[in-house]
Amino acid sequence: MNLRILGALLRKEIVMMRHNPIIPKMIVGLPILALLIIPLVATFDVKDVEVAVIDNDHSLLSRRIISDMDASKELSVMAVVNTHGEAMDLIEKDKADVILSIPQHFSRDISQLNVEANGVNATKGMLGMQYVVSSVSSTLRDANMEEGRNVPDSLASVLYRFNPTLNFKHYMIPALMVFLIIMICGFLPALNLVSEKETGTIEAMNVTPVSRTVFVLSKLIPFWVTGILVITVGILIGFFVYGVAPAGNIACIYLAAILLSLVMSGLGVTIANKSATMLQTIFVMFAFIIIFQLMGGLFTPIGSMPEWAQYITYAVPPRFFNEIMRSIYLKGTTIFELRSQFIWLTAYAVLAITCAALTYRKRT
Amino acid sequence: MTNSNIAISVRDLTKCFGTFTAVDHISFDVGKGEIFGFLGANGAGKTTAMRMLCGLSYPTSGSGTVTGFNVCTEGEQIKRHIGYMSQRFSLYGDLTVAQNLRLFSTIYGLTDGEIKSRMDIVMKRLDMEGMADARVKSIPVGWRQKLAFAASTIHTPEIVFLDEPTGGVDPVTRRKFWELIYQASSEGMTVFVTTHYLDEAEYCNRVSIMVDGRIAALNTPAALKARYHAETMDEVFRTVAKNAQRSE
Amino acid sequence: MNILGSLIKKEAIHITRDRRTMFITLIMPLVLLLLFGFAISTEVNDVKVAVAVDKHTDTTRDIIQALDVNSYFTFEGITEPSEVELLLRQGKIDAALILRTDGGATTYQIIVDASNPTVAQAAVSYISGVVEHRTSSPVITRTLYNPQMKSSYNFVPGIMGMIFILICAIMTSVSIVREKETGTMDLLLVSPVRPVSILIGKLVPYFILSCIILAIMLTMAYTVLGLPTSGSIFSVIAVSLIYIILSLSIGLLISTMVDNQVSALIVSAMLFLVPVIMLSGMIFPIDNMPLPLQGVSCIIPARWYIAAMRKLMIQQIGLEGVITEVLVMTGMILVLLLAQLGKFNSKK
Repeated sequence: MNLRILGALLRKEIVMMRHNPIIPKMIVGLPILALLIIPLVATFDVKDVEVAVIDNDHSLLSRRIISDMDASKELSVMAVVNTHGEAMDLIEKDKADVILSIPQHFSRDISQLNVEANGVNATKGMLGMQYVVSSVSSTLRDANMEEGRNVPDSLASVLYRFNPTLNFKHYMIPALMVFLIIMICGFLPALNLVSEKETGTIEAMNVTPVSRTVFVLSKLIPFWVTGILVITVGILIGFFVYGVAPAGNIACIYLAAILLSLVMSGLGVTIANKSATMLQTIFVMFAFIIIFQLMGGLFTPIGSMPEWAQYITYAVPPRFFNEIMRSIYLKGTTIFELRSQFIWLTAYAVLAITCAALTYRKRT
Repeated sequence: MTNSNIAISVRDLTKCFGTFTAVDHISFDVGKGEIFGFLGANGAGKTTAMRMLCGLSYPTSGSGTVTGFNVCTEGEQIKRHIGYMSQRFSLYGDLTVAQNLRLFSTIYGLTDGEIKSRMDIVMKRLDMEGMADARVKSIPVGWRQKLAFAASTIHTPEIVFLDEPTGGVDPVTRRKFWELIYQASSEGMTVFVTTHYLDEAEYCNRVSIMVDGRIAALNTPAALKARYHAETMDEVFRTVAKNAQRSE
Repeated sequence: MNILGSLIKKEAIHITRDRRTMFITLIMPLVLLLLFGFAISTEVNDVKVAVAVDKHTDTTRDIIQALDVNSYFTFEGITEPSEVELLLRQGKIDAALILRTDGGATTYQIIVDASNPTVAQAAVSYISGVVEHRTSSPVITRTLYNPQMKSSYNFVPGIMGMIFILICAIMTSVSIVREKETGTMDLLLVSPVRPVSILIGKLVPYFILSCIILAIMLTMAYTVLGLPTSGSIFSVIAVSLIYIILSLSIGLLISTMVDNQVSALIVSAMLFLVPVIMLSGMIFPIDNMPLPLQGVSCIIPARWYIAAMRKLMIQQIGLEGVITEVLVMTGMILVLLLAQLGKFNSKK
């Protein structure tokens, strides 16, 4: 490999990147924007669950259930109505999420309470239902205790490890860095290579003695550096804006980030090598990226997938990076404990770079 | 011609794309230092033939040597000894004149000292002193083509391939461009050039005319004119190409 | 009309010639629907839980057995309290239940990996449910509309919202900008063809492509995903067509903003696609966003479309329930088209 030629090609890439009207802004702007806005948005924290109550009991107990619910952090009672029809109407208009029906004479013989949740948003429905159930249960327990009745066993304590404040942002920040590396290190090299194809300058390179390894490396290296930059911006914003610092070794985070940049940029160049037009490159790349994001466990837990789908995630390299990032960032897991993820990621990196070099044809 | 004087030698070179035969058993030799014109209508197979000679495309069958290397198996060695300038613009528009020249010099393995002296010579020859830091996409097309020629010959290759180098260029600049070609040729460089402008064919030592993937005529411009009883190369071309089946 | 016909034909040939892109535009909606329908879920199940016990009693045996048979858990076995921390950190378990027997009474402690708060909260409430279940609770729960709590229904409108932006906005803007780059757009503009015809000629083929995709997605949703058909399919189609037209107008807007393909792609991805995924309520509920961002989400077309589709397809409310959404989208189309047309005409 000729390092002098590689150096000259890299200088060319850097000059071209700098002169591009959009790419430098994107490299700096996208991470900042994404890290400042997405954590505010990407949260499954269910707050403000609106409850419609059908109170047919009109007793002291039913009123206490309602006011306890309204006082709780997650729930707010938006209306107390008389019929089930009225409550359903509120659900259909998207004003209420959960219906609680208190039957007549409930306070006399504590028989049955009905809780119904709007299942359209499954997460909100399920958690909202649980909030209502636990609020009602605690009210009933308190009431029972005051009357000196036998109280069932209760939980002594719950210990939330690694994220004691249950802050969803802490969970999202490592995932966002995954998202950014996928986007930037995947799309940009692909676009870069295919635009050389469209302007014809790639022909001028193909007719020179530059070896394909050197040429492909000159396309990849700038984006590995970009990957490191993105991670650095991410760590800084995470720390200064959200107060999240990596609990584990930063060097391991960088190592993993470089490995994922290798995978994504290798994939991007492979796709560009195989594509004729810009649109084709983007659509193929987009298909990969969207599947990587959805199946990589960034926004939805892999553990929630059915078993067959969990096997598919082994073919999704960001899955391993995501696990590494979250474990190191939040739990302080060591590289040794994450060795299998690192091995998988390294294997994919080698595969992607090999494909990128092999699919690049100087001759047709 | 003795073997040591031959720059390009081709026998039955053929390229098929599926069922379409773009280049159909062409054979010819080009001597060292010669200016060899490669004429043909659009779609006659000129560019395809040239891409095979430059190691950009694998021949389907046939054989040939360029600077003594086999076109079928030694494409990468060929690339060390040739320069190539395509009809599509082949410099980086976002880079400056100097950055482009330096990039191509480095790729061809010139040392830093050689790069400096070559660049000084080239800039003087092109009358572009003082424009070293201009970005290529901001300079006029004619200058860009001259610059592309300079970039493809910066390493003084044995042969330079020019694919319609003067397309879209005004007559004055074309004239200047041919002066560059003559200068290169006088320094011993072999020039292999395709063109649409038949007046340019007159400047060549020998001319071949491709019709439908085959070489229909090959000789010096004077001999061709004599054979077809023509006054100009334009007439020669029209006589030879009148039976062409392919056109775009 | 003849001119228009040939313009449409030219564009249609252009689209169908690129087989790979065609393949992806037709296959991607299917893959996304299948992934969301059967693979991806935001509900928490399969919580990996271990139990630590200091003394085995009937109570502890009951609880362990209950955890073992519960489908929400994967029971990872009995462990030592000192091991719990390590297992959590290595990701081998999500939660641990520690049972201590003191005298006759049993006390419980749950230690949970809270790095994902949603999973943590769900795990805690599942485990407490199992523990408390033995003392009967008077509360009966039921889910409306989406009885199995499958998130797949919920995602169908979101995927449709995204796909149409992708196809209509990105494909049209790139194809128009490509004509600008190669100069063929100037060729058309200096010809006697009216600018409106040029635009319509560009848009019609993409409109037809979108309709084909709409048909594929609806067929999938109603058959494979088993979306209830009791709602009005007619209104679903009508509202979708409005959204397709809106997405095409966005494609036009992008094409007037930039002059090369790479920029068109980056602008459409950054200004439209990412906000659609993040801010439209497709994955993340709008209610959870801070107010300023809820405001921003109002100018994102997909937000209105997804909201309307959820009402029509899942809650099965009639067309009268989505009047606001339809009006907002129609308004957006008018504003965009009028602005484009003015710009396009003035250029000529």
